[in-house]
Amino acid sequence: MTSLLVIIVLVLLAVALWQLTKIFDLTQVGSNPDRSEVATDEDNNVQGYLMFGFLAFLYIFTIYGLFKWGPLVLHTPASEHGFEVDRLMNITWLLIFIVQAITQVLLHYFAFKYRGKKDRKALYFADNNKLEAIWSGIPAVVLAGLILYGLYAWTNIMFVDEDEDTIIIEVYAQQFNWKIRYAGEDNVLGKANVRLIEGVNSLGVDMADPYSQDDIVVTTELHIPKGKKVQFKMRSQDVLHSAYFPHFRAQMNVVPGMITQFAFTPVLTTDEYRELPYMIEKVAHINDLRTKKSVGLVAKGEAALDPYTFDFLLLCNKICGASHYNMQMKVIVDTPEDYKKWLSEQALLVNQVKEANAPPTAVDGEIKSDSTKAIDTATVAKVAMK
Amino acid sequence: MSAEGHDHAMDHEHEHHHKQTFITKYIFSTDHKMIAKQYLITGIFMGVIGILMSLLFRMQLAWPEESFKIFNILLGDKFAPNGVMANDIYLALVTIHGTIMVFFVLTAGLSGTFSNLLIPLQIGARDMASGFMNMISYWLFFISAVIMLSSLFVEAGPASSGWTIYPPLSALPQAIPGSGTGMTLWLISMAIFIASSLMGSLNYIVTVINLRTKGMSMTRLPLTIWTFFVTAIIGVVSFPVLLSAALLLIFDRSFGTSFFLSDIYIAGEVLHYQGGSPVLFEHLFWFLGHPEVYIVILPAMGIVSEVLATSARKPIFGYRAMIISTLAIAFLSTIVWGHHMFVSGMNPFLGSVFTFTTLLIAIPSAVKAFNWITTLWKGNLQFNPAMLFSIGMVSTFITGGLTGIILGDSTLDINVHDTYFVVAHFHLVMGISALYGMFAGVYHWFPRLYGRMMNKNLGYIHFWVTAVCSYGVFFPMHFIGLAGLPRRYYTNTNFPLFDDLQNVNVLITMFALVGGAFQLIFLYNFFASIFYGKRSVQNPWKSNTLEWTAPVEHIHGNWPGALPVVYRWPYDYSNPHHDVDFVPQNVPMKPGEEVLHH
Repeated sequence: MTSLLVIIVLVLLAVALWQLTKIFDLTQVGSNPDRSEVATDEDNNVQGYLMFGFLAFLYIFTIYGLFKWGPLVLHTPASEHGFEVDRLMNITWLLIFIVQAITQVLLHYFAFKYRGKKDRKALYFADNNKLEAIWSGIPAVVLAGLILYGLYAWTNIMFVDEDEDTIIIEVYAQQFNWKIRYAGEDNVLGKANVRLIEGVNSLGVDMADPYSQDDIVVTTELHIPKGKKVQFKMRSQDVLHSAYFPHFRAQMNVVPGMITQFAFTPVLTTDEYRELPYMIEKVAHINDLRTKKSVGLVAKGEAALDPYTFDFLLLCNKICGASHYNMQMKVIVDTPEDYKKWLSEQALLVNQVKEANAPPTAVDGEIKSDSTKAIDTATVAKVAMK
Repeated sequence: MSAEGHDHAMDHEHEHHHKQTFITKYIFSTDHKMIAKQYLITGIFMGVIGILMSLLFRMQLAWPEESFKIFNILLGDKFAPNGVMANDIYLALVTIHGTIMVFFVLTAGLSGTFSNLLIPLQIGARDMASGFMNMISYWLFFISAVIMLSSLFVEAGPASSGWTIYPPLSALPQAIPGSGTGMTLWLISMAIFIASSLMGSLNYIVTVINLRTKGMSMTRLPLTIWTFFVTAIIGVVSFPVLLSAALLLIFDRSFGTSFFLSDIYIAGEVLHYQGGSPVLFEHLFWFLGHPEVYIVILPAMGIVSEVLATSARKPIFGYRAMIISTLAIAFLSTIVWGHHMFVSGMNPFLGSVFTFTTLLIAIPSAVKAFNWITTLWKGNLQFNPAMLFSIGMVSTFITGGLTGIILGDSTLDINVHDTYFVVAHFHLVMGISALYGMFAGVYHWFPRLYGRMMNKNLGYIHFWVTAVCSYGVFFPMHFIGLAGLPRRYYTNTNFPLFDDLQNVNVLITMFALVGGAFQLIFLYNFFASIFYGKRSVQNPWKSNTLEWTAPVEHIHGNWPGALPVVYRWPYDYSNPHHDVDFVPQNVPMKPGEEVLHH
């Protein structure tokens, strides 16, 4: 398939080259010396009709696109504010399509209708203040509405009330992966700085800070509970990254040297989202494509692709280096109970650090202290969830 | 005006006329017409490279796992072993494509060519205010282009942190290989480019203010001159800020300062930087970066206004409204830069302010679009290639501009920021539109540049294929952006979620390849017509502006005798008081003829 496409392109290229030399030759050789290269009435006629044809192309292409590619775009939001964003988006789209439809028709239809003829004289129509007022006034009013709605939504999304009950989670970025730090029982993240990065303590958490004692660091996947506002505090250790959660309509840059934040409330668990009709269809379609591709791969002696199951993703969306294209983390929205359970199974950072720093000779003691601390971790996490 | 004063300058130049050698005439020329040609040829050359790069990375995006011999030939064994593109060279191609197209083609190539050619000719001046500075301006541009191109050949590859060169990525060679020598050359090249641009802009401003011929009041200026003039002002206001950002970045990179860097741990060690902020860089960058898109599009708007009126044989509708909207866009363009930074981590309150100012720009833009459409109404449209490109520009400007309402709204920007939606938007609204403006300008003023005509049939083919392919490339791109696909990903194969977008990517690339290939028609038409095109008459498009009153052959000082005197505005097309459908600006008012309302 691919090579076929390449061949088509090459053929088209060749045709283009051949055509242009041929056309130029023809016009050079067969032309009469009076040829002026200024459009004649015949040219105007042909080009006028082509303008009309182009209008048809624009419309057909747009409608085709809406049907063919419309289903590909992000659908049901998985966060509370996502519905607000999508509503504003839909209103804006409606306006855009109306304006686009009208202006493109006028532009191309006028081009067709008033194509030049020798005996015609154009209308001398230089100015009309009423018209100018209309088409500066209407956009102004419409935009005022959009601005007000947009600002209202923006303020609701971006400003988190100080005393609102949220779960604090740190999103930590480095080339080219994400790490997550949970604030633990006290819901306060311990202080951290890249200057404290050492061994297991890869986030540079200040272990002397009392708030750090219950912090949990996870490097595999991000779990969040459904129905509770999660406030992400973001840090980067090297370059700019951007934490992009497309399904949650959430994005914030991660900037070295400062803490940025974004908060949202998940409203659907991963399992629930997988069961959405649109998602079932999308996944089936993707798996179709993957199966087809696998046939080719197997024929070449390579491994077939794994079947795909949907998961929310955290992507890097700010160019951050050579492997930027593969900086991702799975996001799992659990029910509150599952979240509690999962969190209780994670090891405390403070224990991991101690374990790593423990002298290798004191094997007995370490095992003992480890088992007691494992219990500690579990209880701490349970308390945290209350 | 200073017409008399300037005649002395002409006499002075006449003394040297005979001493012109090949070098002073073709290379170190101080004549604005020659400098315009130099800008145009250099711009076209850079454009070929920029577009070629985009075709390479489009191929990579469509067929990420394929091996192409052409990759190996063009990129070498290091960056495309066995014909498979490496991920760091992909980023380099994206970066240099952006830099070349924005600065070298659509800023210098477009503004440099047409401001230089048209300002003296359309205002009735012998040359630019300072021909020498004009020459220096071109040669600095040339040097910066050479440095930019030479950066393609350094060991670790050219700059590859995106054309926005956000630090710390652009500051630390540990973060990406392109941030070594490649980035140093990028910064040097841009610093020189800015110097060139400033000299050019100052010259344009001074020339427009001081050297207008008798009778050429500001409200009789063609809209081309208005837009070039305003563009130059925006350039003078905003380019120095980019220069300062580049200098501070050079300090951070080479002298250990911490303007933009803080708390960095990379490659296993903590760096000494403390207290700077990359967000500061973003502010400085976009303080130029956003006005820059208007620096690109305003001259195209001026050219389109001029060509539409001439080819519709009708006055431009709302001349004063066009000037006012140009000024409004210029003013607003300097206070909207923050809409590139809604999710940069700056205070969300600032986001609100920038949403407000950004959406305001839609008003003057809408005025322009409606005025252009009304200019066509009841016209007598002459479909020369320049006219097709002008109508095409209005179409893409509207299509691309409308999605700006989404991106300018901070709430909606959250989820489409840095996705392919943005790529689709800005390519249509300022990339393709400005390119169309440039093509319109080349087809329209080619007779004025070279005294010959370009082949119209090749022009028609060029336009229609380009028009279909531009929409074919960028319209589907909106959808993959709305599907959440981030830009600047070397391949999407690591995300099964995006597997269903692959067919769209293939389609886009096909359109890009065909569209790119058909630009060869333009190149052929352009270069063949320079030598073999039909000789042009003095005023082939029956235009009103002064450049068509000068002889076809280029002479020093533009007009052999006295400078033309202006009696009327430039858009007296189909004036009911006259039998012919155009009345050049230097035609005196008939007895009893009143100035028609404009």
